[in-house]
Amino acid sequence: MNELLLTVLTLCVLGGLLAVILYFVAQKFKVEEDPRIDEVEKMLPGANCGGCGFAGCRAMAEAMVKNDDITTLYCPVGGADAMHAMASYLGKSAPVKSPQVATMLCGGTCAKRPKINHYDGAKSCAVVNTLYVGETGCAFGCLGYGDCVSSCQFGALSVNPETGLIEVDMDKCTACGACVKACPKGLIELRKKWPKNRAIYVACRSKSRGAAVMKACKAGCIGCGKCEKVCPFGAISVENNLAYIDPEKCKLCRKCVNECPTGAIHIVNMEPLPKEPKAPAAKSPAAEPKGEVKTESTK
Amino acid sequence: MKTFPIGGIHPSDNKKWSKDKAIESLALPDQVAVPVAQHIGAPATPIVAKGDKVLTGQLIAQATGFVSSNIHSPISGTVTAIDMLPCGQGMQRQMIVIKREGDEWVDTIDRSTELKRECTLTPQEIIAKIKDAGVVGMGGATFPTHVKLSVPDGQKAEILIINGVECEPYLTSDYRTMLERGEELLTGVEILMRALQVDKAVIGVENNKPDAVAHLRDLIKKNNYRGIEVMALKTRYPQGGEKQLIAAVTGRQVPPPPALPISVGAVVCNASTAVAVYEAVQKNKPLIERVVTITGKHLEHTHNLKLRFGTTFQTVVDYAGGLPEGDVKVINGGPMMGRAVVNLAAPIMKGCSGITVISGRDVARHKEQACIKCAKCVAACPMGLEPYLLSKLARKKMWDRAEEHNIVDCIECGCCSYTCPSNLPLLDYIRIGKQTVMGNIRARALKK
Repeated sequence: MNELLLTVLTLCVLGGLLAVILYFVAQKFKVEEDPRIDEVEKMLPGANCGGCGFAGCRAMAEAMVKNDDITTLYCPVGGADAMHAMASYLGKSAPVKSPQVATMLCGGTCAKRPKINHYDGAKSCAVVNTLYVGETGCAFGCLGYGDCVSSCQFGALSVNPETGLIEVDMDKCTACGACVKACPKGLIELRKKWPKNRAIYVACRSKSRGAAVMKACKAGCIGCGKCEKVCPFGAISVENNLAYIDPEKCKLCRKCVNECPTGAIHIVNMEPLPKEPKAPAAKSPAAEPKGEVKTESTK
Repeated sequence: MKTFPIGGIHPSDNKKWSKDKAIESLALPDQVAVPVAQHIGAPATPIVAKGDKVLTGQLIAQATGFVSSNIHSPISGTVTAIDMLPCGQGMQRQMIVIKREGDEWVDTIDRSTELKRECTLTPQEIIAKIKDAGVVGMGGATFPTHVKLSVPDGQKAEILIINGVECEPYLTSDYRTMLERGEELLTGVEILMRALQVDKAVIGVENNKPDAVAHLRDLIKKNNYRGIEVMALKTRYPQGGEKQLIAAVTGRQVPPPPALPISVGAVVCNASTAVAVYEAVQKNKPLIERVVTITGKHLEHTHNLKLRFGTTFQTVVDYAGGLPEGDVKVINGGPMMGRAVVNLAAPIMKGCSGITVISGRDVARHKEQACIKCAKCVAACPMGLEPYLLSKLARKKMWDRAEEHNIVDCIECGCCSYTCPSNLPLLDYIRIGKQTVMGNIRARALKK
């Protein structure tokens, strides 16, 4: 009995002694940390996605507190609201950035872009990209093995088995940019997010000449430049046989959509312009719907 | 009998399909598309324009920088386009398209077949001639030969090793070259020895080609080629890898990158490259053609063909009787290291030693299963790496750890994937890891 008591007592005394030592050591070597870092970290979404360019939310919070000028920092997941809250807490001016959404720029569905060979290796876009161009004749199109899908932490991407293409759920997408890095073909772009999830973009990244594009895919941009000519805002530029709509200049007038001979310009959550007036009289009546649309979109 | 110390596999060599076929020349193509990047290093810069008339052997694209190579016209005719065209893997590459008119050669080229053994040029002159002729390593890696021969200051070459191993299954182009063009090969070796100022050369040949070994030994004895030895090596894949061959022949281990074979005093050249060197130095003939094996179990005919670059895969396949019925895989190179070709209209280039047509039940990959940690891949890896681990790290994008485990040492021989009982595509992932890690290393070097 005595032995037991002695053991317990020794341990207790030892424990107490060590606690006192540890207390003083902790006091002496205390790391001074700005308490605001914790507060700012709480305001961040906590997804640790790396969309801001830092290793995680904690690193971002540290940078926000330490840097005097935070206009270059931006959390795409928290968006403008979170940035405003943090900036006002820290007494700094918040960065201004319009909300963005990931957009997949390939419209080559299984039907429009036929497969010309069969691949049975590892199901990974990165692997395929090191081996060859993919199962279709297009060297620029979506491979459809979903490297971007597995890179997305928010479940915003999915492969549509019917089209073989990637689809973006705009409500779930936080524009963290992980998929942009994951796509070996560079097909995903962060584009301006319009109200009501509207979108317009050229669903093609092929820099091949028109004839080569047509051979490989019936939905590709052939670089004809018709859209560039019809755009009243100078938002469309054609470079390397490929049209690009600048989302900052585009006013969603949709005039280019009907012009495109291959239907490479995609619109989302919008009705296309009526096609009828184009056929009977090519130029003059076309002016009317233009005006209508303009006012509509600027509202 | 010597061989390399670790790893390696024994795939069935399948050389019987084409080994007895003498080298034939194919009719000249009516049109060729010549890529400006047929080598490792910077792509050459075109120096002709659309509409220009060119002669066979005329320089059409100039080397850009030191690690690059000249490109010459393989036929005579008119340049019809300089454009981005799909290569064998379907990627867009800059190519010079030439339409053939007759076959007129540049007049400085000696087209006679007689052997010209005398060479009195200095090493610098020899290297300059090799550089001008656009000679690159013809075993498949296409490293510019003049770069290999320019030994850096402070280092000295002690031995020249000629790679006549041809360890890749199916291919027989080097074998036929050794048999039919032995004298030219040996003269090429003499020239290379002169350029490197070494007095010893070893031609490594695997012992599944005993007649090539005997033939070369005969020639050396008969015509008194001094300092050249033919070494029969125990058949084992990948003996033709540069580091493996050096280890097999000299017993020396090349240190990990960035060290080059020259750090152990060795320079390795392919057997076909030696012939190209002979033609470049003695006959002023640039590299415009090579021997290509077209082979496959179910092909109607198999051949060893001497082809001008720019000839399409389709032409060669048609000459062999067309593709067999059913699923086929056309491979640029051999089955171990070759790349599947999806665009048969693509041109044959300097590094193409053969076209292997895989058909029937060999085409499909087997179903991938879980790794059972049997470590067969570790035993097979000739570089002493752990492929299962590297593959996993690359899948998980753990680049730093992959770098710690020396992923950049991988020579992409494919022994790991070949030996895996779970049919895992080990090499496919390791290749991504290697590329990414090498990119990271380059980025770090740039920052400094």
